[in-house]
Amino acid sequence: MTGNSAIAEAAIRAGCQCYFGYPITPQNELTEYMAANLSRRKGCSFIQAESEISAINMVYGASVVGARAMTSSSSPGISLKQEGISYLAACELPAVIVNMSRGGPGLGSIVAAQSDYFQSTRGGGHGDYRTIVLAPSSVQELADLTHKAFDLSDKYKIPTLILGDGILGQMMEPVEFHYEAPAELLVRPDGLRGAKGRPSKIIKTFTSDPAQLEELNWSLFRRYELIKKQETACETFMVDDAKLIVVAFGIAARIARGAIKTVRAEGLKVGLMRPITLWPYPSEKIQELAKGVKQYLVFELNMGQMIEDVQLSLAGQGEVSFYGRPGGVIPTPSEVARVISRLYYQKGLK
Amino acid sequence: MKKVYAYPKSLKRAPFHYCPGCGHSIVHRLVCEVIDEMNLQDKTIGIPPPGCSVFAYNYFDVDMAESAHGRGAAVATGAKRAFPDAIVFTYQGDGDLAAIGTAETIHAANRGEQITTIFVNNAVYGMTGGQMAPTTLVGQKTTTTPYGRDESLDGAPIKMSEILALVKGTVYIERVAVNSPDNIRKAKKAIRKAFQTQIYKLGFSMVEILSPCPTNWKMSPIESWQWVDREMTKVFPLGVIKDTTEKKDAD
Repeated sequence: MTGNSAIAEAAIRAGCQCYFGYPITPQNELTEYMAANLSRRKGCSFIQAESEISAINMVYGASVVGARAMTSSSSPGISLKQEGISYLAACELPAVIVNMSRGGPGLGSIVAAQSDYFQSTRGGGHGDYRTIVLAPSSVQELADLTHKAFDLSDKYKIPTLILGDGILGQMMEPVEFHYEAPAELLVRPDGLRGAKGRPSKIIKTFTSDPAQLEELNWSLFRRYELIKKQETACETFMVDDAKLIVVAFGIAARIARGAIKTVRAEGLKVGLMRPITLWPYPSEKIQELAKGVKQYLVFELNMGQMIEDVQLSLAGQGEVSFYGRPGGVIPTPSEVARVISRLYYQKGLK
Repeated sequence: MKKVYAYPKSLKRAPFHYCPGCGHSIVHRLVCEVIDEMNLQDKTIGIPPPGCSVFAYNYFDVDMAESAHGRGAAVATGAKRAFPDAIVFTYQGDGDLAAIGTAETIHAANRGEQITTIFVNNAVYGMTGGQMAPTTLVGQKTTTTPYGRDESLDGAPIKMSEILALVKGTVYIERVAVNSPDNIRKAKKAIRKAFQTQIYKLGFSMVEILSPCPTNWKMSPIESWQWVDREMTKVFPLGVIKDTTEKKDAD
């Protein structure tokens, strides 16, 4: 199954009731899968919207009434959705947004890239807010994290992003789904369903009282602290005896893993730290690793974005180098292995 | 003694923040009267916009969710599709519906979304201080057309009701005004019919309401009501723009 289809199937099984999307490469298989499979399900709704802006606002409307809703796009389309994501965050409404990112800036290319890291992990739109950002690195993980995205989003009332890329979306791998779609539609109890037997409710963000808005910001950030404590996730590979640790996420981590196997065969002690949540960032794990390992190589398919989070996490407790390829250029594992090996010798680790 | 008029049940007893002579408070009351008479208070979801009516949720005693500027029709679409038993209406101004939200509005109408739009046209951006709206009349002075709207540069006022009447999913559109007791009665009748259209699941319905804005027009309330009749209705004629509620396969 392709990654894009796996996300769609996992979303349906997670009880996604509404999907609204707009065509953009490289994520069209996701929209098409929903058109074929979600639209036929009882009570479910699929709309090919007139724009990405409309799609995210339809998601907002569906979330307002308590439905599980999702949209997907790729980089330029995700930029258009930022207005809606900011409103979702402000109104404390759950929603799942998938970005199968591509090269930028501008229209860029349709090839995989990771240049939307800053946009994804710093909120993305206007105002002080964050979204949970999940970064899968295989088709199986795309499916698993899609299900998790819906649960996290509902649990913390926060829009949740799945940050993939064109390769993950297009590649085919075996995938196992661990859930069946729920028999009944899942309706959040706090959704607006009409003021029957209760006072009317308002979902809004605008206020003319700065103190009220300050309190909203404080309450959001208190929740963000809770998410940091409870939901930060990462994976490590061969770090126990490592002298150098590569930090990479998503498809780059997959490439790095192959490179590490190559240099390990040559006797270099190199490990991998792969953040699964990009926000919240697994800073504590890096701090823990920094007690033993001082050399870090950040590898990203961009000009260096996540490296800032690694540097912030290390706070001077280690040395950070960078290897990045922007614009949709994908280095092979052997190219990355050469970079690792050169750095290893330069730093006198052998 | 027979009660001939009462404060609408679905209108909260909050003092309106609107300027003296503004049409919004009248429109709010009319919508609430219709909601009460049709017994819809406990199943209605209102989608107010940014703009002067951003605080509409302080007055309507129904579930309300704020929309981003211009996105009302998309938000209403999502809400109605996810919860078809609800009666969903958007409340939008001319900048919201006819400028930034044009695409959302036309496509929601074209899909025949079962939603009702209350479109308040006062030919000006009110909340932001009286800038040119897409519906500003040619020659009308606003803060961004200090020498009057120049058709050769700014275009002519856009007639959204007529544009929306062209798409098949639109079933009922009427243009009314709230500048005289007679017009107010007609406006209420139109609002009622628009909600009825949604209840019968016939398609998209909209009522365009010409509404005075004495503050930004720099007129007294009475002058502004007269200006609606004298100037606005020349460009935006009152009446039913489209009604295919009786026909099975219209257009």
